[in-house]
Amino acid sequence: MTETLPPARILHAGDAAFVIELGETVDPAINDRILALDARLREAALPGVTELVPTYRSLLVHFDPDAVDGLELLGRLRGLDLEHPGEAPAGRAWTVPVCYGGEHGVDLEEVAERHGLTVEEAVRLHAGGTYRVYMIGFAPGFAYLGGLDQRLHTPRRVNPRLKTPAGSVSVGGIQAAISSVEAPSGWHLLGQTPVRAFDPGREPPFLFAAGDTVRFRPIDAAEFAALAARAADGDPLIRPEPASEHAS
Amino acid sequence: MSDRLLVRAPGPLATLQDAGRRGYQRLGVSGSGPMDRLAHEAANRMAGNPPGTVAVELALGGLVLEVAAERVRLAFAGGTFELQIDDKPMPWWSCVTVHRGQMVRIGRAQAGVWGYVAIAGGLALPAQLGSHATHTLSRLGGIEGRPLRAGDALALAELEPSPHPDLMLPDPPPAREVIRAVPGPQDDYFTPAGLAAFFGEGYRVSAQADRMGYRLEGPQVEHAKGFNIVSDGTVAGSVQVPGMGTPIVLMADRQTTGGYPKIATVIGADLPALAQIAPGGRLRFQSVSFEQALEARRVMRGWLDRLADRLEPLRTGADLDPARLLGLNLIGGVTAGDPLREGLVP
Repeated sequence: MTETLPPARILHAGDAAFVIELGETVDPAINDRILALDARLREAALPGVTELVPTYRSLLVHFDPDAVDGLELLGRLRGLDLEHPGEAPAGRAWTVPVCYGGEHGVDLEEVAERHGLTVEEAVRLHAGGTYRVYMIGFAPGFAYLGGLDQRLHTPRRVNPRLKTPAGSVSVGGIQAAISSVEAPSGWHLLGQTPVRAFDPGREPPFLFAAGDTVRFRPIDAAEFAALAARAADGDPLIRPEPASEHAS
Repeated sequence: MSDRLLVRAPGPLATLQDAGRRGYQRLGVSGSGPMDRLAHEAANRMAGNPPGTVAVELALGGLVLEVAAERVRLAFAGGTFELQIDDKPMPWWSCVTVHRGQMVRIGRAQAGVWGYVAIAGGLALPAQLGSHATHTLSRLGGIEGRPLRAGDALALAELEPSPHPDLMLPDPPPAREVIRAVPGPQDDYFTPAGLAAFFGEGYRVSAQADRMGYRLEGPQVEHAKGFNIVSDGTVAGSVQVPGMGTPIVLMADRQTTGGYPKIATVIGADLPALAQIAPGGRLRFQSVSFEQALEARRVMRGWLDRLADRLEPLRTGADLDPARLLGLNLIGGVTAGDPLREGLVP
C-alpha cells in the first residue's frame, strides 16, 4: 500500500527530552515507522540519550543534559532521515486466554446490549479479532491494542472506576487493552486473563511489546482459576510465536 | 546485629527514592525518583554520597527515626523543616553524625513540602528493575513498593568510616513563584488566547497534588482543536490540559503516556521549586526557549558543584532563635485534620 505519510517533526519536551512525531493518528503504518526509528536509534546509541519511549505515533527521546549539549543532540537528530527509518523489527504473536463476562467481565452484558448483540456474539467478535499492540503505556506492561471490531467501539464510561483488577481485558473508544496491575480505568471490562503482563518477580517481567500481535482464546471460570494459580507461581502461561502465525 | 535506622513514625508520606528508574518507561514503568531532584542531590552531596544514592523522601514532616548503629552521618535538605536530635534543635539543610539510641525527629514543614534525609554510605536494599525508587501504584522499589511505616528497619550499607565535622548550608535555594517552562510539545493545540492565559497572571496549586501530578487552579486555557490527542509520552514537568481547561503538571510518579495535549514543559531547573509549592501556594509560568532552559540547568548544576565550598560548621542551641523552639509542633501536627495533608497521601 502506498500512501503519503505526514512529515516528521521534532518537538520540544522541556530541556531533557525531544518528541519525534511522525503523525497524529492511530495508523499501523505510522506505528511501524515509529518502531523502526526506535530500533535505529537504539542501535545508534547516541551519546547522552538515556531512554526511548515509542508510542502510537511518536518517539520520546530522553537525554541527560548534563552529559550532552542539547543543541548538539538536536542537530544530530535533524541530520537523520527520520521519515525513512527502514523496516520495523518483526513483532511476536500471542494467544491470550480470557474468561469473558460474570465477575471477570462485569460490563460484558451492558456492552453487548448497547450494540444490539447477544453476549455470545460480542464475545465472538472480540475473541475473533487479531490485534496490534501499538504501545505499552500508562502502567507497567499495560498493552494498548488496535484492531477492535467496529461493532464493539464503545465510548469510555462517564465515571471511571477507581479500581479495576489486574488482567482486565477491556474496550474504550476504538481501542482494546490488556491491563497488568490493579488500576483506575474508564474502559469497559469484557473479561479477564489469568496471564500477568507484568510480574517483577518473573523472568521476563514483561510479556507484550509494541509491534506484537494478540489473539484471544475464551476460557471458562474453572480454567481461569487453574491458570491463575500457575501464574501466581511465576508461570507466564503463554509463549510468543513469530508474527507470521497470525498473518491472515 | 546489622546497623540500621528504625522508622518510629513515617509522617503522612515517606518513601525511599534514588535518582529514578531508567530504561523501563517504554514498558509503562514510571520513572519515579525524587519530587525535588535538587534537594535530593544536595542531601546526598552533603552526606558525601554519589548523586542518586537512595534517600528518604518525606512529605510535610512527622518522620521520626531511631539510630540503631554505633554512628551514622545523616544529611537533611529540601524545603525547611523543624529538626531535633533527641531534644536538641538543629538547623535543616545540615549534615550531622548521630549515635546509637538517638532519636531524629522531623517536625512540621515551615516552608515547602518535600524533605530529604540522605544516609552516608546509603542503604542495603535490593533494587527492582534497576532502581530503589518507590512507585507505590506499581508496587515497585523501596520496601515492598510501599511507603515507609512505623517499625520498618533501614539497613545501612556501611558504617561511617571516620568522624566527620557537623556542617550546615547557610544559604539554601530560595522558593520561586515564577516557574519557567518551554512551550510544547503540543502548544499548537491551544489558541493564542489560551497560551496568553497560561503564561499570564498565574495559578495556585490545588489540593489535588501528589507525587503523580499537581492540578492547578486559575485561568482556563482554551484549546484550539479539542482536548484529545492520540496518546504520546510524558516527562516530569509536562503540563497537560484536560477538557476542563485547568492545567495539570505531571510529576515524578506520572503515568508514562497521556492523551491530553501538553501546552508546555516546566524546565528541569524550576521543577524542584514547583514541587515545593504547597496546596494554595501561588505560581506564574514564564515562557523560555530551549536554550534558556539549558542555561538555567547549567546554573543549577554549578550551584550543586559549589555546594561543598559553602558548607559551614554547624551552629546549634544558643545560636538558634529560641522563638523557633516554641513553634515546634512535632509529629502530632501533621496527622488528621491538616488541610495540607489532603491530596498528598496516595
